Amino acid sequence: MAAESKLNSKVPAGTLTDKWKTYKSTAPLVSPNNKRRIDVIVVGSGLAGASAAASLGELGYNVKVFTFHDSPRRAHSIAAQGGINAAKNYRNDGDSVYRLFYETIKGGDYRAREGNVHRLAEVSGNIIDQCVAQGVPFAREYGGLLDNRSFGGTQVSRTFYARGQTGQQLLIGAYQALSRQIAAGTVTMYNRHEMQDVVLVDGKARGIIARNLLTGELERHGGHAVVLASGGYGNVFYLSTNAMMCNVTAAWRAHRRGAYFANPCYTQIHPTCIPVSGDYQSKLTLMSESLRNDGRCWVPKKAEDCKKHPNDIPEADRDYYLERRYPAFGNLVPRDIASRAAKMVCDEGRGVGSTGLAVYLDFADAINRLGKDVVEARYGNLFEMYEKIAGENPYERPMRIYPAVHYTMGGLWVDYELMTTVPGLYAAGEANFSDHGANRLGASALMQGLADGYFVLPYTIGSYLSNDIRTGAISTDSPEFEAAEKDVNDRIQRLMGIGGKQSVESFHRRLGKIMWDKCGMARNEQGLKEAIVEIRALRAEYWKDVFVPGSTSEYNPELEKALRVADFMELGELMCMDALDRKESCGGHFREEYQTEEGEALRDDKDFMYAAAWEWKGEDKEQELHKEKLEYEVVKVSQRSYK
Amino acid sequence: MKLTLKIWRQGGKYKGEFVTYQLNDVNEHMSFLEMLDVLNEQLVHQREEPVAFEHDCREGICGTCSLVIDGRAHGPMKGTTTCQVHMRHYKDGDTIVIEPFRARAFPVIKDLVVDRSSFDRIIQSGGYVSVNTGQAQDANNIPIGKDVAGKSFDAAACIGCGACVAACPNASAMLFTSAKISHLALLPQGQVERKQRVLDMVAQMDLEGFGKCSNVTACEAECPKEISVENIARMNREYMAASFTAEKV
Repeated sequence: MAAESKLNSKVPAGTLTDKWKTYKSTAPLVSPNNKRRIDVIVVGSGLAGASAAASLGELGYNVKVFTFHDSPRRAHSIAAQGGINAAKNYRNDGDSVYRLFYETIKGGDYRAREGNVHRLAEVSGNIIDQCVAQGVPFAREYGGLLDNRSFGGTQVSRTFYARGQTGQQLLIGAYQALSRQIAAGTVTMYNRHEMQDVVLVDGKARGIIARNLLTGELERHGGHAVVLASGGYGNVFYLSTNAMMCNVTAAWRAHRRGAYFANPCYTQIHPTCIPVSGDYQSKLTLMSESLRNDGRCWVPKKAEDCKKHPNDIPEADRDYYLERRYPAFGNLVPRDIASRAAKMVCDEGRGVGSTGLAVYLDFADAINRLGKDVVEARYGNLFEMYEKIAGENPYERPMRIYPAVHYTMGGLWVDYELMTTVPGLYAAGEANFSDHGANRLGASALMQGLADGYFVLPYTIGSYLSNDIRTGAISTDSPEFEAAEKDVNDRIQRLMGIGGKQSVESFHRRLGKIMWDKCGMARNEQGLKEAIVEIRALRAEYWKDVFVPGSTSEYNPELEKALRVADFMELGELMCMDALDRKESCGGHFREEYQTEEGEALRDDKDFMYAAAWEWKGEDKEQELHKEKLEYEVVKVSQRSYK
Repeated sequence: MKLTLKIWRQGGKYKGEFVTYQLNDVNEHMSFLEMLDVLNEQLVHQREEPVAFEHDCREGICGTCSLVIDGRAHGPMKGTTTCQVHMRHYKDGDTIVIEPFRARAFPVIKDLVVDRSSFDRIIQSGGYVSVNTGQAQDANNIPIGKDVAGKSFDAAACIGCGACVAACPNASAMLFTSAKISHLALLPQGQVERKQRVLDMVAQMDLEGFGKCSNVTACEAECPKEISVENIARMNREYMAASFTAEKV
């Protein structure tokens, strides 16, 4: 059933190091006087959306930005803690563009596209330059130069950081650049607006239907191109480190209009989160990966010690399982490996805390070696956050952590130009699938979001828009806009009309539980098949028995949620289909049937070295799988080893 | 634990009034917002409209949550956003009063939700460095002393929540505005536009209808990121200096 023909990655010819240079110098351009006549819609105002919108505005396009937040500064990029990678080699420790490229490919378990990843590594240095010029207060050394730390999956220090709030500072940098363009009139900001559909005219993306969240009105907005920078879909699991409003709706609605959804089963489970404490829990809180620079993961060697106070368990009775299993990388193995290792020791009955689903992250050695002051300077805010949530002091007692859903590598399929399979529809940042393969390395999400927005899209979108200089403004009175608006309205009316007994939240929780149990850190054929059946039943129940209070013509957060959860259910099913289809383990996708004797992920490069791109075929129809074969011209593909 | 909640409701059938709710089974490990989730689940089950409140990241960084709890912006704990307040700080039988952030420049949208877009407009009036994408020099060509970078960071840590305004008897936005002015005025990158920035941002702040500062310093006391009023002093200095010396060339 799989077809390869429809997918053209459009990676330029030539040697890997020249591809992007060649592209940039030969791509068609839009002249300044013509840019004024072109409208670009950007959905999302996080790192990718804000940086793209600001850069496109600077270039002279008319940009409209949509966010469901009350301000573009609230996007969830703001919560990224640890840092941003860049191949600056400021530490003189052997870093290079090639090494960042190579480590990203390897970290992604050889499931990403070489051309895209090399470009990412190439522009990484420019991002740091740009952000510093904007006034982002990165950490400095006493000589006034930039400081770095190291992150998982690498053996160099290339992570730039701003205390534990790097995402916040980078987002505020992009928000300030965006604000400047709003003031200049090149960008019009639509706060509290949520995209409900993308509108295609003659097969091209020509606008969106957005819902004004304050009045409930549906609005039509036309544009010559649409950029989705709407983030990831981790909230399909209900509990995740994502913010409460993060959702898949923009991407999913685009998918239903013809944009293929790639590798939906690649989800990243972050190893260091504060464990779940009860049924009422609404979200999980991440503790930055940077903590693994100085914190040591351990569990008791003997299950009977698990309930003891950790400080009463002597050294000899502790199992520093990451250092034991992966001596070369120790506590800094990539996220997927660290998460599975934690799960494995907990499954063995050696987990700690009241639920037995936690491991210790211990700073006692670091405090002895460096002193409490240094540890506080590095991680003070994270320690405080832990203490507020967990009610324990991590300077005195090791943190309890457990893996949690954090990031989604899958997303809308895009080509080298970040265009989806719908002409004129682009996807940037976490919303696309492009750069991280089956597993993302720490501090690479910020890098990718900003690379896409500042340095990739502004170039690639011009190639497409150069054909639109004589199109003129896109009319929103066309039958296509009318039909799309009607679809959205019908769907809203249908949801409001159900008048059932169960809350939206309760359905979301149930969906999350199915996903976590059966499509979470470890998956198997039987579980996935069960999950598909259960999700279908849950979806049917949802459309019969959900209750959405309030009305459509007012501020109604329950209705917003109801629309998002409906899309999560459809996505959840596709994730399970994709996970079922990929009969191998790679990166964040671990199929229990496919593992080495030591319990490591066992890839099958012969049959599965492709990106799986799913095509929507209509309501209640099986989606069609298209395969983009991954060719490795430069990197030698091998089994990942961090031992 | 059992709690009594007195919550401000406004919009729809409510003209603007406190409505009392009872919660019978609150777990001490819940966050404050999870406690409100439980209330809303309860209301949905009774087919009543849930209480509208804003929230998003629930880890204290997005600045979306905005409740005045028992008269204090973001609740009883120092340096903490509403979402990071946990119920272990309350006891069985407590009554908790919950209101929106109140200020003329923050009109109420519904219940506990207010419009803070005035903050965005203050930033748009000059809270940035004018540098286009692609123009930047190598990052290490701009050395910045660790201490200066740290001070600038302290100001840049503002999450734009508006607690400073809610806490101020004059509903002044001086702490918010001064935090951005300090962040950029302390850095070499911010020097070129330094004078015009402070003049423009202060003008916009006044235009939005925020009150004047009378040195109460409640803003610093309630700021979840503990931004110092030192920034207000710096802004006043910057403003004075710019008023006397800034010239449009």
